[in-house]
Amino acid sequence: MELNISIAPDILFYIRSFPVTNSLIWSLAISGFLIAITFVIRFSLKTVPGKLQNITEIIIEESFSFVRSVIGSEEKAKKVFPLFCTLFLFILTANVFTFIPGQAALSLRGGNGPLPVFRAAMADYGMVLVLTMISVLTVQIVAIAVHGPFGYLGKFFNFQSPLKFFLGLMDIVGELAKVLSLSFRLFGNIFAGEVLGMVMLFLIPFIVPLPFMFLGVLTAVVQAFVFATLTLVFITLASEIEEDELVEQASM
Amino acid sequence: METEAVKAIAAGLAIGLGAIGPAIGEGIIASKAMEAIGRNPEVSSKITPLMFVTMAITESTGIYALVITLIILFG
Repeated sequence: MELNISIAPDILFYIRSFPVTNSLIWSLAISGFLIAITFVIRFSLKTVPGKLQNITEIIIEESFSFVRSVIGSEEKAKKVFPLFCTLFLFILTANVFTFIPGQAALSLRGGNGPLPVFRAAMADYGMVLVLTMISVLTVQIVAIAVHGPFGYLGKFFNFQSPLKFFLGLMDIVGELAKVLSLSFRLFGNIFAGEVLGMVMLFLIPFIVPLPFMFLGVLTAVVQAFVFATLTLVFITLASEIEEDELVEQASM
Repeated sequence: METEAVKAIAAGLAIGLGAIGPAIGEGIIASKAMEAIGRNPEVSSKITPLMFVTMAITESTGIYALVITLIILFG
């Protein structure tokens, strides 16, 4: 037996020249699942909620009060909340779905051995990078909308003194580093969890992998929360107006 | 040396050295959180999630090392 570990997702088949990978299939399945749940709840809303509606209400209310406590105002929280909650729920479902028992046994017959049909959606770097770009671009757009285009550029190109100019350039590097740090954190955690689980199953198939599975569940929830929270914190930082700017605006 | 041997050594060094920093950082976070809970046990429900989040952020440098290791081994 040989360990089947690859960083790139396996291509199952082609639709014309478009490669369909196993992680693509699963991310579509997860989206479909979330959309179906949404519709089920939307069309069966009751004044006296059932179990499913109760759980959803608790999740939504708790996360909204969390967003409000971080960002500080009800009005801003209402604008940011959809993005925050979507990111959180999507990543959480994608991570938790990796613990459905039996999915790892499904495989297709390929050219060089069996191809697994299931792959954790967040263990595909392309998927994680797209989510990261959504969150980072939103942060930039919020910053431009709050500070204005010139105020936004002025943060990076500051000619008042050599030191400020240098710090501005460092800020550009910092913004670019956000892409790497956000995406590597999520991808690394989930992919490493998969590899760890596989290696443990390979070494000792019984009982010993269990604690690592528990650790995996913890990482799955914590990483989904961390990704969404960091997006929220970046947006909060970008949407805050500094005091000297307020003075400037008032005097204009 | 053979390429495979160099790869194995490089992967071991990358994750081994890369794990030192985050390990120290997470230890500091855990000890401070325990101290805070010991001083004021009522706020433990507030401190615990914060502790997990900050730990996950501290862990990220270790995760970078891990990603590099995995790329060396399987990329």
